[in-house]
Amino acid sequence: MQSRACVLAILATGVMAGPASAYTAYVSNEKDNTMTVVDTATMQVVKTVDVGQRPRGITISHDGKFIYLCASDDNTIQIIDTTTLQVVGTLPSGDDPELFVLSPDGKTLYVANENDNLVTAIDVDSKQVKSEIPVGVEPEGMAVSPDGKTMVNTSETTSMAHFIDTESHEVTDNVLVDTRPRFAAFKPDGSQVWVSAEVGGTVSVIDNAKRQVVKRIKFAIPGLRTETIQPVGIAISADGKKAYVALGPANHVAVINTESYEVEKYILVGQRVWHLDFTPDQKTLITTNGNSNDITFIDTATEEPVQSVTVGQQPWGVVLSPK
Amino acid sequence: MSTSAMPEKVGAITPVKSDAFGLRHYLICLKGIVLREGLRFLHQRERFISSLVRPLVWLFIFAAGFRQVLGVSIIPPYKTYVLYEVYITPGLCGMILLFSGMQSSLSMVYDREMGNMRILLVSPFPRWYLLVSKMLAGVSVSIAQVYAFLIVAWFWGVKAPPLGYLFVLPALFLSGMMLCALGMLLSSMIKQLENFAGIMNFVIFPGYFASPALYPLWRIQEASPLLYKLCLANPFTYAVELIRFAFYGQVAWVALGVVAGCTLLFLGGAIIAYDPSRGLITRKQGTGGNG
Repeated sequence: MQSRACVLAILATGVMAGPASAYTAYVSNEKDNTMTVVDTATMQVVKTVDVGQRPRGITISHDGKFIYLCASDDNTIQIIDTTTLQVVGTLPSGDDPELFVLSPDGKTLYVANENDNLVTAIDVDSKQVKSEIPVGVEPEGMAVSPDGKTMVNTSETTSMAHFIDTESHEVTDNVLVDTRPRFAAFKPDGSQVWVSAEVGGTVSVIDNAKRQVVKRIKFAIPGLRTETIQPVGIAISADGKKAYVALGPANHVAVINTESYEVEKYILVGQRVWHLDFTPDQKTLITTNGNSNDITFIDTATEEPVQSVTVGQQPWGVVLSPK
Repeated sequence: MSTSAMPEKVGAITPVKSDAFGLRHYLICLKGIVLREGLRFLHQRERFISSLVRPLVWLFIFAAGFRQVLGVSIIPPYKTYVLYEVYITPGLCGMILLFSGMQSSLSMVYDREMGNMRILLVSPFPRWYLLVSKMLAGVSVSIAQVYAFLIVAWFWGVKAPPLGYLFVLPALFLSGMMLCALGMLLSSMIKQLENFAGIMNFVIFPGYFASPALYPLWRIQEASPLLYKLCLANPFTYAVELIRFAFYGQVAWVALGVVAGCTLLFLGGAIIAYDPSRGLITRKQGTGGNG
């Protein structure tokens, strides 16, 4: 009887378990000043590492050797070795770094300095500030085009997306979007920039050639007040066909068809879903849920949540190892 | 119909020994009882529709309204957050089994009042076999109702893992047997059809609400430790949890033990109660029983 139950259980696990891909996810926990390391195959926490104060923005070098982490209250960016998980250096980020983006060649880090209304370009190798670019009030969202020629920053109070030439470090275009834009993401072909507006409750799709908003995507979840729908993080699939938008306190991730701009599905995740990232094989999407202190694994094939795993307090950002 | 002449006839037939029957005869008897129950169910379309409408009203209206009320917390067997509709679906399956089990108890009272029960009870097969056959008939009808409900729920977007629909079958069967046995035991204690309202108020509603069918037990524990203990003492609690875990291919061993134990207990009680020599129905007077 027991062996039969075991066989059934194994069978059930095999069929019902989500995609198993062996990557490592790194999650920044804003409130308890830690970074959680999660194995995506077992969906379990491997280690929790102490980092600087108020860790938020997190990214990884293209070779997967170093993690860059915004320690906002320490006014610095920490460099963490992914093998030893020790802080091995810092970068001069300027005041209160929140979000940043690494250039496609991996040499420059563009950082949004929320309090100084600046975008700082840092040379990763020399650890020197290359330039400081004045932008709108409260800069936050950062994105860089796949060819590395254009960088986009969103400023929360000005409600604009600023297009910056990465050669001249000059703002070339400003595009007005909805209130409090928090995040920007380029489509993999570089044709569009998607910008989420937290208070406006929309995602604006900007044509990169025309530098104009071509579509404003709205959200409606049955049974939820519109005020609770606050789009933040955006992840666009590598084939450019689907965009996943974290809807903050609405506790859902919207799945958008990038051709028709239709919201195809809302996926239930934890409370105050903030940012999300794909595993390199694109089979799994991981979301950080700030208020429920966990991350949710979503199977991108079925677009169903598979499992939620408790991490540190107020998980903010997540990045996946490239290998 | 003469009620006074019947007991003598019953007495005349009882000497036939049940040992004289082979498996084939037993199966014919079972088939007859199950077919009768099935036909009765099919012919009562209103019953079928109402048995489907009741859980669907809970799913479509109640669950929609309460979607935001339930606090978020991941409890086994769930691995991530689920919508309230998903949470209450196993409870609603349990509700179908509960109402259906009680309905079969209602039909026993009705049969006794109408005299149909005599036809069943004068059968030379052992009493326990007749009762178990009657329960199997009731459970088969209940399970058909549950699957009809699950199909509608599937189209509503409430989906369990595909294999869960298979795994849940034994859980539904065992839970259904427990509730039918309970209904059978209760039916032996009810004198008249009108008393069924009492069963509604004293068994069905408390049984249903004092269980994790509508809200998780940790919520109930937060609200009232006493109510939580009551829920733990409620066999229906374990039926719901057994079904809930089965949907996800897991076995809730404690729930399985409690449900199996209660099934045997209620069934034993019902067999004793329906035993003409010592059972409770011998004390019923003027209700068409065979005492």
